[in-house]
Amino acid sequence: MGPWGVLQPIADGLKNFVKEENLPGGASRWLFYLAPVISMFPAFVVFAVIPFAAPLATPWGTVNMIVADLPIGFLFIVALSSLGVYGLVLAGWSSNSKYPFLGGVRASAQMISYEVALGLSLVPILMLSGNVSLPEIVRQQQTTLWYVLPLLVGFLCFAVSYFAETNRLPFDLPEAESELVHGFHTEYSAMKFAIFLLAEYANLITASALMATFFFGGWDIPFWSGDNMAVAADGTVVGATPAWWITMLTAVVFALKTAFFVFVFIWVRWTVPRFRYDQVMALGWKVLIPLVVVYIAVLGVAMLVLSGAGIEFGLAYVGWLAALNVVLFLAVFFWLDRSRVVTGAGWRQVRSYQLQSRR
Amino acid sequence: MDLSQIVFYLFAGVAVASSVLMVTRKNPVYAALYLVLTLFSIAGLFVLLDAHFLAALQVVVYAGAILVLFLFVIMLLNLGHAFEPDIRGRFWWVFAAGLGLVLLAELVAVMRGAPERPEADIVGPLLEARGAVAAVAEPLFQSYVVALEITGILLLVAMVGAVVIAKRKA
Repeated sequence: MGPWGVLQPIADGLKNFVKEENLPGGASRWLFYLAPVISMFPAFVVFAVIPFAAPLATPWGTVNMIVADLPIGFLFIVALSSLGVYGLVLAGWSSNSKYPFLGGVRASAQMISYEVALGLSLVPILMLSGNVSLPEIVRQQQTTLWYVLPLLVGFLCFAVSYFAETNRLPFDLPEAESELVHGFHTEYSAMKFAIFLLAEYANLITASALMATFFFGGWDIPFWSGDNMAVAADGTVVGATPAWWITMLTAVVFALKTAFFVFVFIWVRWTVPRFRYDQVMALGWKVLIPLVVVYIAVLGVAMLVLSGAGIEFGLAYVGWLAALNVVLFLAVFFWLDRSRVVTGAGWRQVRSYQLQSRR
Repeated sequence: MDLSQIVFYLFAGVAVASSVLMVTRKNPVYAALYLVLTLFSIAGLFVLLDAHFLAALQVVVYAGAILVLFLFVIMLLNLGHAFEPDIRGRFWWVFAAGLGLVLLAELVAVMRGAPERPEADIVGPLLEARGAVAAVAEPLFQSYVVALEITGILLLVAMVGAVVIAKRKA
């Protein structure tokens, strides 16, 4: 449809609106209709606390480019993103059908497991920044380094658990089309089915924006101090002077960073095959959670040593943490890769057969 | 009536209505969902009281994690007999009603003994100075650290017990 197929999504949307809606027999009508709505809602609401551009000075005062600068900052994100699973669980349960039900049960188990890892992987950010406010975290990254460097292992854990939280491949067990016939949305048709997919992609964009904000400087333009500004409590701008073109430019940079992570999400989807269910659970409980807990302890000791050595929070402080993290990251990578998680399913079995036949 | 009052009555009304519905629904899945709604509107009431951190925790812990676990258990254990009542026999009905009355009496007694809300706004300046999280975290980890640690050990014991029971069956 259209030049380069750009009109295809519109055609698909129209098609989905005019298709027949069905209600499976014995389904709970209310929950069946409510489930797509619930799965759509958190992805959009979370975006309200993400700062997306440099503050803009207008004749009516400074406008901070964030919809709601809440006092609880990113705790709001943790709270809301855990609610998306209700959509999946209720869709699975209300369909009154076996495969969707299994998908719903899987969704709830997976979400509970990975939410722990997700919450814990935000603790390093809290420790380093001493703050839950997202504009303040962006501000600190502007004046020091992007937090992906001093919190490299934390970023790894955050990324993996957010992949599981958004139910993207390799963690899309709730819909696993080869085993569960698309899982929780098997019985859905027309626009309600499309809304589940739209919610998944909305979640994906929100997750990308969060990664950009937490670990890649938010709307910060690297190697340029002309955009290093923040709104103080009394409404005045500290740092560089705001201008409309800086706001525009930072918004574009933020969109580019988000788009990059959307690309990574889709890239991983087409590269990595789906995990087996017990592997997903083992990765969450036996690898990610212990890893994050140990990392928090190591980071705490490192920060204590640094402040004991008289280094204040600043470029040197963050630089030392970055050096430590590169070492830790390599150690973690080699620990993971000792043919346990990264190697394919059943490989240990194959090797044990090889060993037996050699004897 | 200003805006915050309207919002209060909205949240309070939803909380009361959904908790009544939670008790009266026959289907346990619906009951659990009404409980989610109740907890959500109570989180809204916490925000109105400037307890932002408590509201966030309410949604993270109760609505986001514990109730998902509830749903998981209800969905798995109630397969095939969704509408069976838990209370059977007249004796248990009377027992449950008595227990409910005792709880109500306790609640009334606690409410009567509750201290008056102080006239001066002590919460606002504290939040302004320390932020929503530190205002809760500082007393928790300094004045009440022993109680916090004991609670942690209690939870750990319960967790170890659950793991032991689960292991024995397997």
